[in-house]
Amino acid sequence: MKYLSEYRDPVLARSLVDRILATATRPRVLMEVCGGQTHTIVRQGLQELLKDAVDMIHGPGCPVCVTPLEQIDRALFLASRPDVIFTSFGDMLRVPGSDSDLLQIRARGGEVRVVYSPLDALEIARANPDHEVVFFAVGFETTAPANAMSVWQARELGVTNFSVLVSHVTVPPAIRAILDAPDNRVEAFLAAGHVCTVMGWEEYEPLAAEYGVPIVVTGFEPVDILEGIHMAVRQLEEGRAEVENQYARSVRRSGNEPAQALVSKVFELVDRAWRGIGEIPSSGLGLREEFADFDAERKFDLGSIRTSEPAECMAGDVLRGRIKPLQCPAFGEACTPEKPLGAPMVSSEGACAAYYNYARFQTETTGEPT
Amino acid sequence: MSIASSGLTCPVPAGEADRVLLGHGSGGKLSAALLRERFLPRFGNEVLSVLGDAAVVPAPGEEIAVSTDSFVVSPLEFPGGNIGHLAVHGTVNDLAMMGADPLYLTAGFILEEGLPFDLLDRVIEAMSESASEAGVIVVTGDTKVVERGKADGMFINTTGIGRLDPRFRPGPTRARDGDAVLVSGPIGRHGVAIMAAREDLRFEVEVESDTACLAPLVQGLRATCGPAIRCLRDPTRGGVASALNEIAASSGVGIRLEEGELPIPGPVRGACEMLGLDPLYVANEGIMVAIVAPDAVEAALEAMRKHTSGESATRIGTVTAERPGLVLLRTGLGASRVVDMLPGDQLPRIC
Repeated sequence: MKYLSEYRDPVLARSLVDRILATATRPRVLMEVCGGQTHTIVRQGLQELLKDAVDMIHGPGCPVCVTPLEQIDRALFLASRPDVIFTSFGDMLRVPGSDSDLLQIRARGGEVRVVYSPLDALEIARANPDHEVVFFAVGFETTAPANAMSVWQARELGVTNFSVLVSHVTVPPAIRAILDAPDNRVEAFLAAGHVCTVMGWEEYEPLAAEYGVPIVVTGFEPVDILEGIHMAVRQLEEGRAEVENQYARSVRRSGNEPAQALVSKVFELVDRAWRGIGEIPSSGLGLREEFADFDAERKFDLGSIRTSEPAECMAGDVLRGRIKPLQCPAFGEACTPEKPLGAPMVSSEGACAAYYNYARFQTETTGEPT
Repeated sequence: MSIASSGLTCPVPAGEADRVLLGHGSGGKLSAALLRERFLPRFGNEVLSVLGDAAVVPAPGEEIAVSTDSFVVSPLEFPGGNIGHLAVHGTVNDLAMMGADPLYLTAGFILEEGLPFDLLDRVIEAMSESASEAGVIVVTGDTKVVERGKADGMFINTTGIGRLDPRFRPGPTRARDGDAVLVSGPIGRHGVAIMAAREDLRFEVEVESDTACLAPLVQGLRATCGPAIRCLRDPTRGGVASALNEIAASSGVGIRLEEGELPIPGPVRGACEMLGLDPLYVANEGIMVAIVAPDAVEAALEAMRKHTSGESATRIGTVTAERPGLVLLRTGLGASRVVDMLPGDQLPRIC
């Protein structure tokens, strides 16, 4: 594929690995924020190549992983209703709620459909006027513009049987929460290239300055990630703490302004609970009052859904980078991708699922978990 | 009291129907007509034409291989084929993977009321063509019709019987340290063709299903390499990754793949990028994985490349004694990762 193969070039990637190993005078602790980056790091085995120079901690940037249990249970409740067609991105389907998941709801007769875009969900609503169509609007700033567009268009087109169950979160408050934690080990961040394509990077500049932490806006291909890591390590070695942009082919400082304008017309900042982390002030997006008719939580009586996480699940500590998945007693025993206790074991972007593959291999080659 | 004349109309239409009616499954005249007009002309052979309650066939040798498979696919027709091709290739290929020569096929049809006859005809035609290409005859069959909404157009079950050669028994437990892992053709085409048709995705280059009969390839391997062919698998559902995991587990060996050697066509790679899927887990219907003794690799590749469906046969990895049960992929960057079985269906990622 044009414009992609060059970012997977093994020779270029090897030379970046060598430069990172040569630049780091001691092992550095970096966090990649986005689950898509985690996916590449694990798929390509970058941790193995960099293990003497960089300890990569997988941040809370997997939307599947941080969607709160209550919200999953609300989704399951809605999907079970006979009058509802519930639409969702594919990887939400296996996320465990309190006692079920969307795949099981579908097997029991619930109408659950995988869509690639919320605009497809809106089309389903127009084609099924006798059903209520609900879209599970999860994700970071990346998916927010399309989700906002679906609500905007629903109102423009007068589609009244469409609504969204919103669980949007935003990146900068999460970075702040991680940096504020007393036991934080993260020295530098790779910011998520797709999020910054929408939002730009201005909002990261105060974070870099205030906490003295390098932040590098980074893409998703192996060469992107290695270059981002190299830029972050170089900043640490040179004692700089700036926002740098590795993903210049996609990201501008001010981001995509029309997309931002649409998002802020439809959504407003709200406090949001993160699964495994808890509530972070002003860290989420909720529908504005004028779009209340499209808010599934107001449209349907969801009663009082109360939940509690399985006690043995340490997803919160994993998502904050406090422990590696292997340090969780449930890892690989009580908790596997087939029977996950917490969301990070579900998505291929989740840190626990990623380690489930990678670490089994490591354990068997080195004889000890790393 | 008067009775409207329409109330007396016979529910069996007098004229030619253009689609399947419930009556076609009644066992009466419509059923007989369906058999006579649509199935027999295309499947006709001496055994089937007897129309007994069971087919009577000569016994082929001391041992036979038997395999059954049911076919449900949506859409019924897709770029590169239809459900009829799959129904023959799927079962015939399963026999071939055991080293058997496919001889006989049974075919059971569950048709949904309202299925257009021209579609049914195309499916039967595809089965007929695929069967004669594979050297099998359809010896017995069955047709049922269910109400509209109770089946997705049509479901087909086929059972195949094949003759076994006692000197050629590839099997999943026979992979050994040092053997080569070969594939007979490009990976991921069938699954991507189906997904593209289902989601109505239009790519610049259309991906066609690879559905094909593998029996001639296997016969070529048997003739040239014989027992050096340790194990054959057709990586259908679950793709190449699942097939190799099964072999690694059954044989108690490790398998190392080279990412750079995987024959993944550009359009398949592009579609998988877009859909957030991994081509190693995408279904194939016309390629096989062959585990081959090290000294027979070149001969095996040459034998496969003589056939159209094997012309891009290539080596993708090696069987190892290390880490039994694990399939490892060496990435382009020289690192390794585990290629595991999937816990369920492959689910597209959010971003």
